[in-house]
Amino acid sequence: MFANFTGTADYIASIELQEAVNVALALQRPLLVKGEPGTGKTLLAEAVAQALDRPLFTWHVKSTSRAQDGLYVYDAVQRLHDSRFEDRDVDDIRQYIRFGGLGQSFLSPDPSVVLIDEIDKADLEFPNDLLHELDRMSFTVLETGDRHEATHRPLVIITSNNEKELPDAFLRRCIFHFIAFPDEALMARIVKVHHPAVRETLVQEAIARFYWLRTLPELRKRPSTSELIDWIGALVKGGVDPDQLAERVPYLGTLIKKEQDLDTLARFEARRRR
Amino acid sequence: MSAPGAAEAGPAGETLFLDFFYLLRKVGLPVSSREWLTFIEALDKGLVAADLYRFYALARATLVKDEKHYDLFDQCFTHFFAGARPPRAFEKALDEWLSEPLPIPQLSEEELAALEQYGLDELREMFEERMREQDERHDGGNRWIGTGGTSPFGHSGQHPAGIRVGGSGGGRRAVQVAAKRRFRAYRTDIVLETRQLSVALRKLRRLGRDGRRTEVDIDHTIDATARNAGDIEVVMAPPRENRLKVLLLMDVGGSMDPFARLVSRLFSAAHQATHFREFHAFYFHNCVYDKVYRDALMLDGLSTLELMRWLQPETRLIVVGDAHMAPYELSATYGAIDYWQQNEVTGQAWLQRLGDHFRHRAWLNPIEKRWWMHPTITAIGEVFPMFELTLEGLGEAIEHLTA
Repeated sequence: MFANFTGTADYIASIELQEAVNVALALQRPLLVKGEPGTGKTLLAEAVAQALDRPLFTWHVKSTSRAQDGLYVYDAVQRLHDSRFEDRDVDDIRQYIRFGGLGQSFLSPDPSVVLIDEIDKADLEFPNDLLHELDRMSFTVLETGDRHEATHRPLVIITSNNEKELPDAFLRRCIFHFIAFPDEALMARIVKVHHPAVRETLVQEAIARFYWLRTLPELRKRPSTSELIDWIGALVKGGVDPDQLAERVPYLGTLIKKEQDLDTLARFEARRRR
Repeated sequence: MSAPGAAEAGPAGETLFLDFFYLLRKVGLPVSSREWLTFIEALDKGLVAADLYRFYALARATLVKDEKHYDLFDQCFTHFFAGARPPRAFEKALDEWLSEPLPIPQLSEEELAALEQYGLDELREMFEERMREQDERHDGGNRWIGTGGTSPFGHSGQHPAGIRVGGSGGGRRAVQVAAKRRFRAYRTDIVLETRQLSVALRKLRRLGRDGRRTEVDIDHTIDATARNAGDIEVVMAPPRENRLKVLLLMDVGGSMDPFARLVSRLFSAAHQATHFREFHAFYFHNCVYDKVYRDALMLDGLSTLELMRWLQPETRLIVVGDAHMAPYELSATYGAIDYWQQNEVTGQAWLQRLGDHFRHRAWLNPIEKRWWMHPTITAIGEVFPMFELTLEGLGEAIEHLTA
């Protein structure tokens, strides 16, 4: 039967997410994960690798990334540099080929997980340039003519922050999951995983305050799960009394990262006191 | 329709599921046959036990590729497998689209003619008079300043030559653009074609190298190294950057709002993607006069003269508007549609000044080309090369701007 992902001790996955991972595994299709920042898109790949006991390769996409960079990069300058000295054989181009995250996962002798992080950061055409490699799971190094084919098709997990729309041809090939923002009950479980020793009342109060913050429509950037976890950590270290939370928000800087939002909040508080 | 159990994925089940596929397509979810086959493949591999929740998760993960569609998919799923009410997504979106304070009254030709009796100056006098008389909110009716009536004052009403006070415009008389048509444009342009439009916008760039030298220039490095008798000499070059400066002026405060939002979002996206050297967006209402505004509510103004001093002539000017207005808004002093904008110079003259200053300019018009016979559209078209706000029109406009 198929490998089955049900989350890990540190990573709580909803039924829908588990199912999406398992379908992607069974059908050997890439899994595209979207969701608000801080909902654990990137952590998913680590959790899946850990749960399935597979090596994880990562490729963090940047605005200047080209599709080929994930497979390999040919370091011409290093070779030119080495050509001045006799200590390395510059005729051997292979030593100047460096494999990227995707390339490494294809070459891996064991089944692996590969994370293509924030694919929407790159150029609009970027995902289309990857279609062939993702379909065939093979690539050719042009400089040497070597053809590399994956012995085990890796599980490809792709994350997107929705900065750009992805091309249809690409979407059609993917299994898709949108990580919804956790509700308060699930959030309590997530917090428990990260702060097992924290008092129940503090967690309750902090979560209540956190969701209240998220409902403020004026905020430019709403605080996310990871920020809540940091905040609770700060509250614990600072020995903050849960009852104070209804009155004020200590260590606000861990939750709110934009100056405008701090101003908005200060105005809001002032209005509330009046 | 009956609710089949998830485990019945045999041949009979697949035909039943096929109806589900066509239901999804019927309500407008972009499910392709490839995705359908992926779903069937997953069923064939026995991925689903007799658990409806997992079956639902499997179907959603394979068939839906955008969280925007989750809601509609859920409605279809509950309809098909649990006999719930069929989805009414189309009507719902239409409702949202038309969420105006009050519906526009349908007036007969005779009623419109009867209302077409006041001139501009007369209207202004009457308006000021009634402002003094009126002291409470008023919706409907035909005299007071309020919403949805046939008084010449207020908003969302229908009067052939009225003064609008805030709110959004309702009936358009010369160009009969039905609400339904605008809605269709919204569906195809914003929801379905945003990506295509962004691809078109990528052409809006003029690449050039200057700034910090941060990239290795391989060709010149090899050349310099060879000249240096093989001793390595690395030559750096600045990265290629977009040098284009873009100024966007958008008509807001009426039927143009959705188009302004669309275009503003598109250009912001393009700015993020291709990084214009400078990108500025301003708003106006119907016609540009002595001020343009940084916000759509038109509170934070900048003098148009200041704008032209500030931005150099090579800045690409893109205006988004229907160019459709009462002739006096363009040609009369004090003809602005907004009462508070008492313009001493005509709109026509302001547009001419903008046209004289910005060498590369284009006007994007969401009205179909065949309706462009209107006098103000023709007049503006003489100063600004005009293009339809469609994929093709945008492409032509960009070609014109980068030529």
